[in-house]
Amino acid sequence: MSFVLAAEQLQFAEALHDQLAAADVPAVARQWAAGDRKRGQALWYSLAEAGVAALAVPQRWDGLGAHPADLVIACEELGHHAMPGPIAESLAAVPTLLAVLAGTDEPAADERIAGWLRQLAAGDLIATIAWPPLLPYAADAQLAGLVLVAGPDWVKLAEPGPGLRSVQAGRSLSIVTGKELLAHGAAAAIQQAFEFGVLAGAAQLLGAGRALLDCATAHAVQRTQFGSPIGSFQAVKHQLANVLIALEFGRPLLLAAAVALADDPAGAARDVSAAKVACTDAARLAARVALQVHGAIGYTAEHDLSLWLTLVRAVGPAWGSQRWHRARVLAALAGGS
Amino acid sequence: MDLAEDDQVAAFRAEVRQWLAAHAPATPLPSVDTAEGFGLHRAWEAELAAARLSVVSWPEQYGGRGASLLDWLVFEEEYHAARGPVRVGQNGLFVLAPTLFAHGTPEQRSRILPKMATGEEVWAQAWSEPEVGSDLAAIRSRAARADGGWLLSGQKTWSSRAVWADRGFGLFRTATGDRRHDGLTYFLFSLRSPGVTVRPIAQLDGEAGFAEIFLDEVFVPDADVLGAPGDGWRIAMSSAGHERGLTLRSPGRFSAAAARLVELWQRAGDPADSALADRVADAWIGARAYQLRALETASQPGAGGFHGTGTPAPAPGRARLADSAAAGSGSGRTSLDRGVVGRGAAGGRPAADSSLGKVFWSELDLALHDTALELLGADAELAEGPDAGWLAGYLFALAGPIYAGTNEIQRTVIAERLLGMPR
Ligand SMILES: Cc1cc2nc3c(=O)[nH]c(=O)nc-3n(C[C@H](O)[C@H](O)[C@H](O)COP(=O)(O)OP(=O)(O)OC[C@H]3O[C@@H](n4cnc5c(N)ncnc54)[C@H](O)[C@@H]3O)c2cc1C
Repeated sequence: MSFVLAAEQLQFAEALHDQLAAADVPAVARQWAAGDRKRGQALWYSLAEAGVAALAVPQRWDGLGAHPADLVIACEELGHHAMPGPIAESLAAVPTLLAVLAGTDEPAADERIAGWLRQLAAGDLIATIAWPPLLPYAADAQLAGLVLVAGPDWVKLAEPGPGLRSVQAGRSLSIVTGKELLAHGAAAAIQQAFEFGVLAGAAQLLGAGRALLDCATAHAVQRTQFGSPIGSFQAVKHQLANVLIALEFGRPLLLAAAVALADDPAGAARDVSAAKVACTDAARLAARVALQVHGAIGYTAEHDLSLWLTLVRAVGPAWGSQRWHRARVLAALAGGS
Repeated sequence: MDLAEDDQVAAFRAEVRQWLAAHAPATPLPSVDTAEGFGLHRAWEAELAAARLSVVSWPEQYGGRGASLLDWLVFEEEYHAARGPVRVGQNGLFVLAPTLFAHGTPEQRSRILPKMATGEEVWAQAWSEPEVGSDLAAIRSRAARADGGWLLSGQKTWSSRAVWADRGFGLFRTATGDRRHDGLTYFLFSLRSPGVTVRPIAQLDGEAGFAEIFLDEVFVPDADVLGAPGDGWRIAMSSAGHERGLTLRSPGRFSAAAARLVELWQRAGDPADSALADRVADAWIGARAYQLRALETASQPGAGGFHGTGTPAPAPGRARLADSAAAGSGSGRTSLDRGVVGRGAAGGRPAADSSLGKVFWSELDLALHDTALELLGADAELAEGPDAGWLAGYLFALAGPIYAGTNEIQRTVIAERLLGMPR
């Protein structure tokens, strides 16, 4: 047993952090929200150069075939920096789905699928997916080069309806209509894709929670009232402590879910859902506390805090509600796992 | 990165499981807080010790197996799953022993530890006083110099299991100085010495779970000073993390309770009551999180031997915790930290880190038992009968946020030492 990230993984996380910090993602996200996606797409491409888009793509299709923990690291950092775009969809769920559909034969049964995988890995393609009723909307379908819809056991190419605005500026949600059938008898592949999407979403939320705590602690040191930094007040301290506790005990669940997915994707439901529940709750607590600690300045659209506050509100309910995931944990436990 | 148990650990788990299946009492022993129960729990410690299972993490020379933190976690999982009896010697085993390993003399270790390991000597903690709770440095009980030792006088209180315990340990003032923390000395003393009076105090469940200890010029030889005179505060604080953290309340305890809660829910839960189902799921998730975080700690380099040979090495990322907040942020712009939340976790600042665990387990314990009582409906009130263990567990859990440093104190520690908030 070794339940700890390896040195290379820590380096990967730090390198990503540094890359994203240098890219000034909040500014990128604001331009993205205003409809100017040039910098965002350039950043997506340079993240792909760093390997981020290739993690869930098998080596056979020019990907990295990485351990799911690496995907967790990447998605957490993307959430930490409020990176816009269909992250869980394009980096986790769709490549996982296509990789299973492409199979292990060479050449692939469907050359198109192999091509998409190669493009995804290179950052040349952004993809999104809907799986009603659990995942009723395809996120950011307007900017995706590949839009899919899955049913109980089939996958189709899809045409997105008009994008509905999300609480997170710049993010859109579309009802999609299935067109050409891509695969049938694909229930296991769809399930696996869903698990990876949930994992990625949970990681994004944990990262966003960390950012919210970063912002709140920084503000609490710098903002003075009654002649003292507000961080010296116990009511503030204790709320921040609660956030740290929630985040600290969320991450091990996330990494255990990654380990479970690496071992046996079909048996990982319990751990994936546990991680999603804990990370969503932690991120929501972080959002609530960070806003309170900032006071009115945090309630403005101008302050960067709003990027994470709305991200948590947006990604939180995607990929299954808290109640759905809790019920799935219990069902798995009752089933004896 | 994996969670698979290797052969050595699996073999150890099997040995513990088998031994407990053959030896653990089939029905619960009488309460440890009664004369009869205390004796039976002491005898149980001797039985555990005979199988070298009472202190697996200690070095072999003192009755242990030099087990790693991981092995110890496994032992605890099995112990709680088998509903092993309360460890009557827990304060000695989990608080005094780590302190002796860190600060005791070889003579003290070889004199004290073997008897502690067999339950021959049960130790009680004597920190709190009538006027001294959270503000421990305000201790008033004193020790005066005497020929070849010290004379202890004063009053200690809330001392768990002191009614039937043999010996006590705690801080006494040996000098008055400008700084309150100076002049405190760590003493080990007999509860049977002339001058000691122990007065039982009934707890919420009516049993004498703790006691007041009155000391009137109780002689303690120099050999029973732990560390240097005047250095008691530093010594006590260095092992405070043990009392709060993993060793005091191991993950196995909550994993076992959560598993039983899920069983109870399957048996007694109303499937339509999704609010209660949510709470059951959350209790299980919390127990799992606590367990996994311990496994992270056990995976740190240096986590091998933990009672005898040092604490896990600092994890990367942790060291920057307090500095990050100081970086500050201008209005509207943010400064994100590279790794505020420990990347793969505990270590670095064991004492402050254990504060995270203390708040987490104590609230989890309460939530878990509260949920069980909710599931039991009207039967939750019953202090006897097949499900009364949940009520007892709940009453026990109620004290968790108070002892071992209240949760308010822990949250302050977390904010100041881990998040860099100003004092
Ligand atoms: C079951 C049980 C067993 C115990 N066993 C032992 C034992 O074996 N040996 C022993 O020595 N002691 C023992 N204790 C005592 C325990 O250590 C104390 O209860 C604890 O230190 C708190 O002290 P207090 O009860 O005096 O509360 P106080 O310190 O008076 O605190 C009362 C309330 O005020 C809050 N408070 C106090 N100071 C602050 C602050 N600075 N900021 C914010 N809030 C604050 C506390 O959090 C608490 O909510 C035991 C207690 C219990 C309940």
